[in-house]
Amino acid sequence: MNNTDKVKQSLKKRYAKEKRFQLYGKIAVMTGFVFLGLLLLDIITKAIPAFQSTEILLEIPLDRHTLELSSNIALNEDTLSAIDYAGLVKKSMRQKFPDIKKRKDKKQLYKLISSGAEFDLRDMVISKPELISTTPLLIWVKADDDIDTFFKLQTRTSRVTDKQAEFVEQLILQDQIRTSFNTTFFTASDSREPEQAGIKGALLGSFWTLLVTLFLSLPIGIGAAVYLEEFAPQNKLTDFIEININNLAAVPSIVFGLLGLAVFINFFGMPRSVPLVGGLVLSLMTLPTIIISSRAAIKSVPPSIKEAALGLGASHMQTVFHHVLPLAMPGILTGAIIGMAQALGETAPLLMIGMVAFIVDIPGGVVDSATVLPVQIYLWSDSPERAFTALTAATILVLLAFLAVMNMLAIFLRKHFERRW
Amino acid sequence: MKKLVIAAAISTSLISIQAQAAGRDTINIVGSSTVYPFATVVAEKFGKKTKFKTPKIESTGSGGGIKLFCAGVGLSTPDITNASRAMKKSEYDKCQKNGVTDITEVQIGYDGIAIANSKKSQQFKLTQKDLFLALAKQVPNPDGSESLVDNPYKTWKQVNDALPDSAIEVLGPPPTSGTRDAFAELAMEGGCKKIVWIKAMKNKDKSAYKALCHTVREDGPYIEAGENDNLIVQKLEKNPNALGIFGFSFLEQNDDKVQGSLVEGKTPEFETISDGSYPISRPLFFYVKNAHASSIPGMKEYLKEFTSEATMGDEGYLLDKGLIPLSATERSTLRKAVIMGTKFNM
Repeated sequence: MNNTDKVKQSLKKRYAKEKRFQLYGKIAVMTGFVFLGLLLLDIITKAIPAFQSTEILLEIPLDRHTLELSSNIALNEDTLSAIDYAGLVKKSMRQKFPDIKKRKDKKQLYKLISSGAEFDLRDMVISKPELISTTPLLIWVKADDDIDTFFKLQTRTSRVTDKQAEFVEQLILQDQIRTSFNTTFFTASDSREPEQAGIKGALLGSFWTLLVTLFLSLPIGIGAAVYLEEFAPQNKLTDFIEININNLAAVPSIVFGLLGLAVFINFFGMPRSVPLVGGLVLSLMTLPTIIISSRAAIKSVPPSIKEAALGLGASHMQTVFHHVLPLAMPGILTGAIIGMAQALGETAPLLMIGMVAFIVDIPGGVVDSATVLPVQIYLWSDSPERAFTALTAATILVLLAFLAVMNMLAIFLRKHFERRW
Repeated sequence: MKKLVIAAAISTSLISIQAQAAGRDTINIVGSSTVYPFATVVAEKFGKKTKFKTPKIESTGSGGGIKLFCAGVGLSTPDITNASRAMKKSEYDKCQKNGVTDITEVQIGYDGIAIANSKKSQQFKLTQKDLFLALAKQVPNPDGSESLVDNPYKTWKQVNDALPDSAIEVLGPPPTSGTRDAFAELAMEGGCKKIVWIKAMKNKDKSAYKALCHTVREDGPYIEAGENDNLIVQKLEKNPNALGIFGFSFLEQNDDKVQGSLVEGKTPEFETISDGSYPISRPLFFYVKNAHASSIPGMKEYLKEFTSEATMGDEGYLLDKGLIPLSATERSTLRKAVIMGTKFNM
C-alpha cells in the first residue's frame, strides 16, 4: 500500500472528525442560546404584569360644604393640606357599597385601594385648587397590591378575603375597575407598597453615579494610556506598573468597595450612600479596563502615520494629539463604554458604601443619597410582597435594555469610525 | 474661562459636601434586614404625612448596623439602628466606650419563623425535639445511652414514628443570617433542652451545651439556600418533599403555595405568635441615639409615628406587613419610654 492509498483511507475518518468537531461547536452555541432564551423568557413573562396596574374608579365630592371650608377661607397649600383626604376616600368607598354596615367589613373595603390614594388625591388638589367646586371629582385610584395581583393574575392568597373577592366581583359588574399602563413604575421612586413603587430614583442614582465615573475614569484612563504607550521609558518601573494594571482588572469588585469605605468615607469623611462616592469607587474599578483598551487602540495606529507627522516637523506631543489620538478614539470609546456598562451592573462595591438603602427622595445631584438600578433589583427581590416579583423582573428588563443600548453604541462606534489599514 | 468654570464646579461640590456633613436633614437608619421591611413602611408613611424628608434606611444586618451605630456620636454616624435580636453586652460596652451612652431600646413586636412545605404534600406536625433530632450535627445515641453520635437520621419517620416516611430535606438560611440564629436558639435549643441529661449539661459546661444545641448538621439534609426567603419559597414549590425555614411574612404572602408546619401543636398564625404559644418567634428592636434627637429634624416625630397605635397597634398598618404586635400594656409603657428618651442600661 502506498502513501496515497493510506491518505485516501484515513481521509474519510478525518472528514468525519472535522464534522463531529463542528457539531460539538454548534451544540455549544445552541446550548448557550437556549439558556439565554430561557432566561429572557422567564424574565419577560414575570415582568409583563408589572407594566399594568389595576385602578378603581372613585367619585369624590369636593365642594366647600362637604370639605367644611367656608367661602371666606382662601385656598392655599396650608388649608388644602389640612383637608381629611383619607376620610374622603373612605367615604367614597362606602358610598359604592351602601349596604356594608359592619366595622370589620368596612375595614376590608378600605383595603381594596392603595394606601397612597389619599396622598395622590392631596397632591392633585394642592396642584389644582380649582378642583374644589360643586362638581364631584371622578378619579381612578390605584388598587392595593393584593387586589392588583388578584385581579390581574387571578391568583388568590389568603390575603384577599372572600368579602374582598365579592367586592371586586361587584366592581367588575359596575365597570368601575380596570387595568391601565403602569406609569408609576417610571415616574415614582422606591416604595414599600408595590403599586406605588417605581424606578425613577434608582435610574437617576445610576445616572449620577455613572456621570462621576465617566468624568473621572475617562480622562485619567486616556492620560495614563497615552503616557504609558507613547512617552514612558521602557524600564523595570513601567513594566511593574503594567503588570499591576493588568492585575487590577481582575480584582473582585467588592475589594474596591472596601477600599472606598476605608479611604473616601472613613478617611476623607465623605457622606455614605451618595453617588459621588459610588462613582469614585466604580471609576477605580473601570480604570484598568479603560487603560488596557486605550493602549490597545493607540498601539493599533500604524507607525507610518506617526513617522510621517514627525518627518514633517511635528513635535512628539503634536503627533500624539493631532494624529494618533483621533485615530485611536473609536477604540478608546468602545473600551470606555464597555467599562461603563460593567459599572452600571455592579452592586457589590456599593454595598460597602451604603448605597444598598431605602431611599424615597429622588436624587438631584451627586451628593444626595441615592441607590442604583441593580441595587433596586436586589432589594425588591428580597421583599415579601408578592407583587415585587413582577417589579423585580421589570427592573431587570430595564437594566438589560440599557446594557444592550450601551453595547450597541460601542459596536456602532467601532463599525463606523474605525479605520482599517 | 474653562478653568474658572471647572474650579467653580469643584468648589461648589466641595461646599455642598461640607454643608451636608455639617447639618443633615434626613434621619439615617441602618441595621437588620428583618426589620427593614417594617421600618421602611413607617419611614415612607412618615415622609408622606409630614413635611420632613423620608428617612434613609440601609439594610446592613443587625451586627453591621450596631457596629456603625456604636462608632460614635456625630452627624456622620447613624441615628437609629434596627436589630432582629437584642444588643449584646460586648456591643453595648463598645457603644459606651465610643461615647454613645444615651441609647433608648425600642421593641417593636415579634417575628415568627415558619417551617413550611409545599401545599401539594401533607402538612407536618413537628415538635421542637423533632427539629433538633433531625437537624443537629450530633444527637443522643438512639440506643438510649447518655452519649452523642453523629446524626444518623435519614428520614422523618426515624426521628419520630408519627412523621411521614420521607427523607429529611430542609432548606434554610446560612449561618450569617439572623433568622438562622433565631432558629437555632428557639427551635433547636428548645428541643435540645427537652432531653433531660443534656439540660443538666447546661449548668456544668455551658459552651459545650450551646455547641451541641446550636450546631446544624452538615452532611446534606440541611441545605443552605441563601438569605433570600423568596427563593426558598420557590424551591419548596418545585420540591414537594422539602421543608423550608423562613420569616412569617413570607408565609403569609405565599400561603396559596406553601403551608406552615405545626410546631408543638400550633400553626404559625398571627394569634399563636402574638400570644406566645407558637414557640419559634423572636422580638424585633430598634435602638435610638438620644444625643441626635435634638439635632436631627424629625427624629421625635418619627419615633412618635413608629410607636403610635395606628402603626404598631392591634390594627396598625405594620400588621398588614406581617409584624406581630406587642400587648397593649407593653405598648403603652414603650410609648412613654420613647417620649421620655429612657436610657437603657445593661
